[in-house]
Amino acid sequence: MTRKFATSSAPHLPATTSVAKVMQQVLYALVPGIAAHCWYFGPGILLQILLAIFFAVGFEALMLKIRQQPVRIHLLDFSAVVTAVLFALCLPPLVPWWIALLGMFFAIVIAKHLYGGLGHNVFNPAMVGYAVVLVCFPQTMTQWLPPSAPASWIFGFWDSASTILTGHLPTPMLWDAVSQATPLDTIRTGINSGLTVDEIRTAAIFGDFGGQGWEWIANWYAIGGLWLLWRRIISWHVPVTMIGSVLLLGLVAYFADSGSNPVPLQHVFSGALILGAFFIATDPVSGCTSNRGRLIFGAGVGIITLVIRRWGGYPDGVAFAVLLMNMAAPLIDRYTVPRYYGK
Amino acid sequence: MRLPAREQAELAGQRLHHFHGGLKLRHHKKISCQKPIQRSKLPPRLYVPLLQHLGAQAEALVVQGQTILKGQAIARYKLPYPGFVHAPTSGTVTAVARHAISHPSGQEGMAVIIKPDGRDEWCELHPIQNWQEAAPALLRQRISECGIVGLGGAVFPTAAKVEDALSQDIHTLILNGAECEPYISCDEMLMREQAPRVVEGALVLQRATGARQVIIAIEDQMGEVWDKLHAAISSSGQDDIRLVKVTTIYPEGGEKQLIQVLTGLEVPEGKRPSHLGLLCQNVATAAASAAAVIEGKPLIERIVTVTGNGVNQPANLLALLGTPISNLIEQCGGYSNNAARLLLGGPMMGYALESDANPVIKAANCILVLSHSDIATEHEELPCIRCGECARVCPSLLLPQQLQWDIRNGLIDDAAGHGLAACIECGCCDFVCPSHIPLTQWFRFGKAEWRTLIEEKKISEIAKQRFEARELRLANIKQDRVQRLEAKKQSLQDNQNKQQKIAAAMQRVKKKSDQQANTENADDQGESS
Repeated sequence: MTRKFATSSAPHLPATTSVAKVMQQVLYALVPGIAAHCWYFGPGILLQILLAIFFAVGFEALMLKIRQQPVRIHLLDFSAVVTAVLFALCLPPLVPWWIALLGMFFAIVIAKHLYGGLGHNVFNPAMVGYAVVLVCFPQTMTQWLPPSAPASWIFGFWDSASTILTGHLPTPMLWDAVSQATPLDTIRTGINSGLTVDEIRTAAIFGDFGGQGWEWIANWYAIGGLWLLWRRIISWHVPVTMIGSVLLLGLVAYFADSGSNPVPLQHVFSGALILGAFFIATDPVSGCTSNRGRLIFGAGVGIITLVIRRWGGYPDGVAFAVLLMNMAAPLIDRYTVPRYYGK
Repeated sequence: MRLPAREQAELAGQRLHHFHGGLKLRHHKKISCQKPIQRSKLPPRLYVPLLQHLGAQAEALVVQGQTILKGQAIARYKLPYPGFVHAPTSGTVTAVARHAISHPSGQEGMAVIIKPDGRDEWCELHPIQNWQEAAPALLRQRISECGIVGLGGAVFPTAAKVEDALSQDIHTLILNGAECEPYISCDEMLMREQAPRVVEGALVLQRATGARQVIIAIEDQMGEVWDKLHAAISSSGQDDIRLVKVTTIYPEGGEKQLIQVLTGLEVPEGKRPSHLGLLCQNVATAAASAAAVIEGKPLIERIVTVTGNGVNQPANLLALLGTPISNLIEQCGGYSNNAARLLLGGPMMGYALESDANPVIKAANCILVLSHSDIATEHEELPCIRCGECARVCPSLLLPQQLQWDIRNGLIDDAAGHGLAACIECGCCDFVCPSHIPLTQWFRFGKAEWRTLIEEKKISEIAKQRFEARELRLANIKQDRVQRLEAKKQSLQDNQNKQQKIAAAMQRVKKKSDQQANTENADDQGESS
């Protein structure tokens, strides 16, 4: 009596991982950073994240439908959610709702699906979305709040919600009164008006290395990033060379002219550098694939970020640096193909 | 300072090295190692395939109705790898017919079908007396005649492998006991129960190859194997056999990976281990070689691990080649309720069989029956996200995602340039891929495409040469013809010229004679007037 069996090709063991699991772990790793963000800048960021996820998933579903792709499977890969969260984390907490709509349109529809969807996008979708809104609405995108402990939040949950949904501050508040420039912005305007870094850094918004609040948020992002490293979701190459190149170049600049260049650690703990090093520049799809390529990619992002911060037209440059290196990634990949066994 | 490669290779096993990537997989080996090796029951029919390894199918030497003895040659392989297929037991040939032959392609092939008579009567065997002093060539010949092939799974004819290696000076023989794939335990059981035979095999192969030292590599999780082999080596009195324990990591048992672990060297692209003065043989191959040389016994049986959650009582069986798999399963308590997949080989590199009517063949180190929960459920394949996990685990240091991109887009030349041929199809990349891309499958396809491409290139090269030769020939003929025409024209011209000259001369002569005649006439007239 013979028995028949279905066949399949080797290997026959069940997979232990999936794109969804990878993306979920990236989201888990962001939780401490988001919590810190919320602690210092109020609940606005949570609303921004929810809005961005809502628009991202909507656009994703729409585009999948139009492109006749299986909707459920791709929505459950969580890649659109990761894009949305990374985008939202770059926004000032109280920008109006349509910023997320516009950003997600460019991220999901233009940067992702028009290039072929998951795995085919040349540019980091979250950074495309962010760059578009930053370039189009520079004024709105500088409306940051002063960091403070929850006890002294200016905006509670409902005030935040109404500001985001209506685009107006609750009367009688005015933006000029409640908003505060970011540390990077302060350094920039200070240097442009002839102050030295030491003079600028006497302002209350600065902390030990970066800005008050900001540096702690960066620390929590770093903890999430280290967890990703430990889980082997990301490799060390990009974070190490990105932060390393900022430190090295920052040190050279600091020694060359300490009047107009802050200590390198100020750069590391300001703006989106830590977030970018662990979560944005490590995006595998739009980055380099070989380890040597990743070293170059990370160093490139770090150097360009510093150059934009110092000489460019924007206080922070992580998003543009990532996009510029995205352009270079295919070429870098071509010239960094590793030697294989026996060659 | 780095030593030259061959000299460094001679230090094999003195210090352990690493190979790139690999996976730490759950072993699942204990379940089949609980009982000693049992002999499988004699089935009502044996189906001995005529195609069990590389090359063409063997030619049957027996006909229907013929009675045969155990160990008698029943089929002969022709070139490129001459050898024989032997009768696993005595009995009658009931047919030489098409049957399932456990081929990776799933296709049927010719098999000698034998009805055992139950007496298990050996034919006359020719052991080599005093083999320790016999000529190495004689040992190799006996190994070839007895149909010994690589029993680790590759089933490459052992004698051919040794002959090929002998074009170089072989200093070290490596016996591969690193059975790294999960579930498989036949080599471990062999070394545990027949350690002296393995050591004899080492000595036989050492004599056949002229190697100066032998290294037996086993895994660090093989328990009592170490002591058993150690004792066997000591009692053999040989001090040039060394036992080395290597860390268990898949695919450590791959020939190239084991060599890298023992020597720190890579086998150069397009070269064999013999380039480094090394020869690798599986421990079971060594044991079979010992049986062939010392007892004259051909390869008619092998140890098969029958295991997996789909079998009720996993065990290692000593099975005659040609025994239907269903018989082995029956002896192991039958299938469990959730048996879902029947594999020949391990879960990483083995292939799925469609039915248990397939027979045990020389390559059958393991019959693995996986349950529903053990096997890959149907995952939707997603596009590659270039995470690079595949490259991290690849023991050949390839970029699997780049290769699959090349192959998918028909850029086979590019894939070859990225090292497709270095892929050992271990399945590590496939296993870790979060997008569930069947990478190994793509690479097998790509390799087949590449072979076709090379074949086509060869054919078109020949066609091109033929065309050019023809063009040259036609051009020569044409030139020849032109030259001949030219010559003819020339000679015609010459002829004409000559004729004209003759005519002119004739005319001159005529003119002259006319003139003469005139003057004579005038004279005549003058005379007459």
